[in-house]
Amino acid sequence: METLELTQEEQFQARIDADMRIEPKDWMPDAYRKTLIRQISQHAHSELVGMLPEGNWITRAPSLKRKSILLAKVQDEAGHGLYLYSAAETLGTSRDQMLADLHSGKAKYSSIFNYPTLSWADMGCVGWLVDGAAILNQVPLCRTSYGPYARAMVRVCKEESFHQRQGFEIMQTLCEGSPEQKAMAQEGLNRWWWPTLMMFGPKDSESPNTAQSMNWRIKRFTNDELRQKFVDMMVPQAEFLGLTVPDPNLKWNEAKQGYDFGDVDWEEFWNVVKGNGMCNKERLQARVQAHEEGAWVREAALAHAEKRQQREAAKAAAA
Amino acid sequence: MSQKEWPLWEVFIRSKQGLDHKHVGSLHAADAEMAIQNARDVYTRRLEGVSIWVVESKHVHASNPDDAQAFYEPANDKIYRHPTFYQVPDSIKHM
Repeated sequence: METLELTQEEQFQARIDADMRIEPKDWMPDAYRKTLIRQISQHAHSELVGMLPEGNWITRAPSLKRKSILLAKVQDEAGHGLYLYSAAETLGTSRDQMLADLHSGKAKYSSIFNYPTLSWADMGCVGWLVDGAAILNQVPLCRTSYGPYARAMVRVCKEESFHQRQGFEIMQTLCEGSPEQKAMAQEGLNRWWWPTLMMFGPKDSESPNTAQSMNWRIKRFTNDELRQKFVDMMVPQAEFLGLTVPDPNLKWNEAKQGYDFGDVDWEEFWNVVKGNGMCNKERLQARVQAHEEGAWVREAALAHAEKRQQREAAKAAAA
Repeated sequence: MSQKEWPLWEVFIRSKQGLDHKHVGSLHAADAEMAIQNARDVYTRRLEGVSIWVVESKHVHASNPDDAQAFYEPANDKIYRHPTFYQVPDSIKHM
């Protein structure tokens, strides 16, 4: 039995090494299944909770154009959550279970959404920085080893670049505006820069699961690699906007052809992960409230569907 | 309070007239009508489709991947089913 199992696992790994996709009904190690359910559902939860900080600004968007764009973006995020929940469900978990885990606090979502969105510039920063970071994380996942996850990510990535561009455009408009508007943009960058760097997760040396995840190709670059890429990508964009990245240690390193930058405040990072961020309670409360207040709608729709089915069956029987 | 989930549906979309419907993903809905409406919102926000099919997931029957080797094996040694198996003289045109 033991040798048989080993062979199965070796075959599985060989398929992954050959860059073949794993599909829902294929054999897979339990740990692969569990890790993926956790990773995909966390990602889905992030999309869902990610609607809240932006939803906060829909009624206060500065123009009808901005409001329509923001609505479309928030709607996309709902869609991204749905693609991802469906992908996770192919692994044998249920939608209700995942939502229950989110609502009880057992499941995590991206800590970035536990920061408040205080000004309109924050809508720019969320699109430009947060979605920019998300894209770096997500593009490699279009080639991840689990088929349904990879396909969901292709769809997500196609839609995500609009999100980043609209954010950059908000920043650019503010930076070309009045001194007050430019100051608002700078304040936004000051508040969002470090939390965005935290989105890539703990340092490689403190991320013990990275090696296994890379081996399974459900992660394709390490946290530090992606963080470096992000800084190298964003600094020139900040310079274009005429904004200052709030890091005194930021410096071009000719030898490595990349920027050296300061260390993230890891104490803050872990504190937010553990639930003590500025908005953790508020976000979770909003999710739970929406779910509970929507319960009657879900029930009524089911009751209506059942009633209609019975009516149609009775009609067919009478005919 | 009912603890029942809305059933799961598989969604197929025809991206333009003349092409096949293609599986794009799944979603939950109380009935077929709602599934089609939800599919429109979830899968065609950028004009990805001109027609939608939904099928309740429990009605999909699938081949077993563990049997794939034996199941598809009969086609392995029948290369004469492909046109490249046959030699056509150079002077023969339009074949």
